[in-house]
Formats: sequence, structure tokens, C-alpha cells
Amino acid sequence: MDKRNTIFTRKSSPLSQFFEGAKDTFPLIVGAIPFGIIFGTLATTAGLSFGATMGMSMFVFAGASQFVCLSLVVAGTAWPMIVLTTFVVNLRHMLYGATMVPFYKKLNPLWKMLLAFGLTDETFAVAVNRYNQKDGVPGKHYYNLGSMVFMYTNWNLCTIIGLTAGNAFPGISHWGLDFAMPATFIGIVIPYLVSKPMWASVITAGTVSIMAGGLPHKLGLMVAALAGVTAGVICEKVFSRKKELV
Amino acid sequence: MIAGMALVTFAIRYSMFPISGRFQFPELFKQGLRYVPPAVLTAIIVPSVLMSNGETLNLKLSNPYLIGALAACVTGGLFKNLLLTIVVSMVVFMGFQWAFAVRW
Repeated sequence: MDKRNTIFTRKSSPLSQFFEGAKDTFPLIVGAIPFGIIFGTLATTAGLSFGATMGMSMFVFAGASQFVCLSLVVAGTAWPMIVLTTFVVNLRHMLYGATMVPFYKKLNPLWKMLLAFGLTDETFAVAVNRYNQKDGVPGKHYYNLGSMVFMYTNWNLCTIIGLTAGNAFPGISHWGLDFAMPATFIGIVIPYLVSKPMWASVITAGTVSIMAGGLPHKLGLMVAALAGVTAGVICEKVFSRKKELV
Repeated sequence: MIAGMALVTFAIRYSMFPISGRFQFPELFKQGLRYVPPAVLTAIIVPSVLMSNGETLNLKLSNPYLIGALAACVTGGLFKNLLLTIVVSMVVFMGFQWAFAVRW
């Protein structure tokens, strides 16, 4: 078999695409590992049962919103409010779905549902990158699936590890792990801060979150988030108008 | 609660596929979505750092959450590495908390 042929078989077989997808997701998995373990540990300290925590990782499968949910559970928030907050926190995934529409066009509904379920920030980032490479290799959904399965397995495994650690060391809540969440979130937000509208959005959200901190049902979070988004959009409009003038 | 969370999350991720082609996102909505993750996360970070007891604003430098958050901002800003940011700020936070526990 000559070299060109090898490459072709390697890239086009579903299984090799699957593993390639998993391989390319690896760097992002490294970042997700502490995240998942911390989630499991915090869930125990927040008072969630083993089943509830696992259920969340297995069926919701959306890290940021799971963390937010924990902080709301600790604050004693009513469940409809938690579901609504989950909706807002995960709304960005709608944009991912919209991006994937042309790529998933030829797949059957079952495939679409499966891949849509696994459309996390990480898998989206990896898969969309692969789909955008115009090399004409068919069956990229196997690549997407590989990334998704790897993320999913890792996320649930890390949740179990965290849960076990949380149960094994009940005092773990006093180790300051509650700081892990803001620390992780700061690390996620910083790369976003590359433009003035983003800064405006974040500063507004932060300020309003303090001012609206006293609102019932943790409504302050939603108010602050909306204020931040609005500030970002307005700021973007103002800047683009200035550019048009120049 | 979990069923609700699972349902809305899946609905968000899937909703675009059946309605695609029949519907166009308003440009303003698309623009706004980009600001959602940082705005939401910041709205969680700031109160948990500055009002760690849930009620009063604590801007004192003896607030370990504040010191830890500052460490996270500096590390994150310099290295743009998530794992490093978490580790460094956790160490600073715990060290600071420990130092205070020992002194008082």
C-alpha cells in the first residue's frame, strides 16, 4: 500500500475519524478535568445526592450551568428559577447549533439529536474547526462523535472522582474549594476581554450584580447578565458608528 | 429540577436543526449572544468574591476571596492558561486563608 492510500484509508474510515476527533479534543479535556472533579466535590458540599449529581452530568452535560446550579442550590433557590437560569447560561449553545446546521444537513434526525446533545463549548470548537477544513473527506460526523464521546466520558468520570473525594473527606468544604468556582470562571472570562465592548459588558455585569445582589430568587444574576449583554451590544454599536464616520 | 435543566439544555442545542431554513436570527440577537458567557460568569464571580457571606460587601484586603480573585486576574492576564490560573489563585487563596487563621 503506498503512502497516499494509507492516509486516505486512515482519514475516511469511521473509526479512525472517531479517534482523530477524540485526539484533537485532548487539550480541552485537560482543562475540563479539574473542572469536573471540582464540580463533583462541590456538589457534595452543596448537599446534592450522588444520584442527582451524576444525573446532572449524564443528562444535562453542560459544565458552566451545572456550576451555576450548585451556587443556586446552596442559596436555596426554587427549581423553576434554576431551570430558567440554566436556560440563560446555555443560550450561547443556540449559536453553536445554528453554526452546525449546514454541516449536519445530510444526517438523519437521530444523528442530529445525538450530536446536538453533545454540543458543548469544547466539542463545538473542535468539530467546527474540522468541518471548516475543505478537504472533502466524508463522514466528519464520526470525528464530531469521537470528540463528544471523549468529552462525555471524561466529564462523568471526573464527576465520580469528585463525588468520591467529597464523600471520603467530608471536611473538604473547608479547604476553600468554594473558591474554585470563581477562580475557574475568572480563568474562562479573561480570554474574552479583547475588545472595549467586552470590557464594558463585563464591568457592567459585575457592578449590577453587586447592586442587584439583594433581589429575591437570585434574580440579581439574571438582571446583571442582561445589563452586561446590553452594555456590550450598545458599546459595539457606538464604536462601529464611530468607525463609519472615519 | 434536573429533568428541567436537561430539557432546556437539549432544547437549546437542538432547536436550530428543525427550524433551520425557515428562520433567520435577528442580527442584534446574534450580537448579544456573544456577550452572554462573560456577562453571566462575571455576574456570578463578583458577588461570590466581594460578598462571600452572601450579604455584605467586603472590600477589605483581609478578604481571602478578593486576594485570590486578584491573583487569578493577574495570572490569567499574563499567561492565558486556565489550569495555571486555577492552581495559582487556589494556592494564594488557601495560603492567605491559612495565614489569617494562624494569626488570629
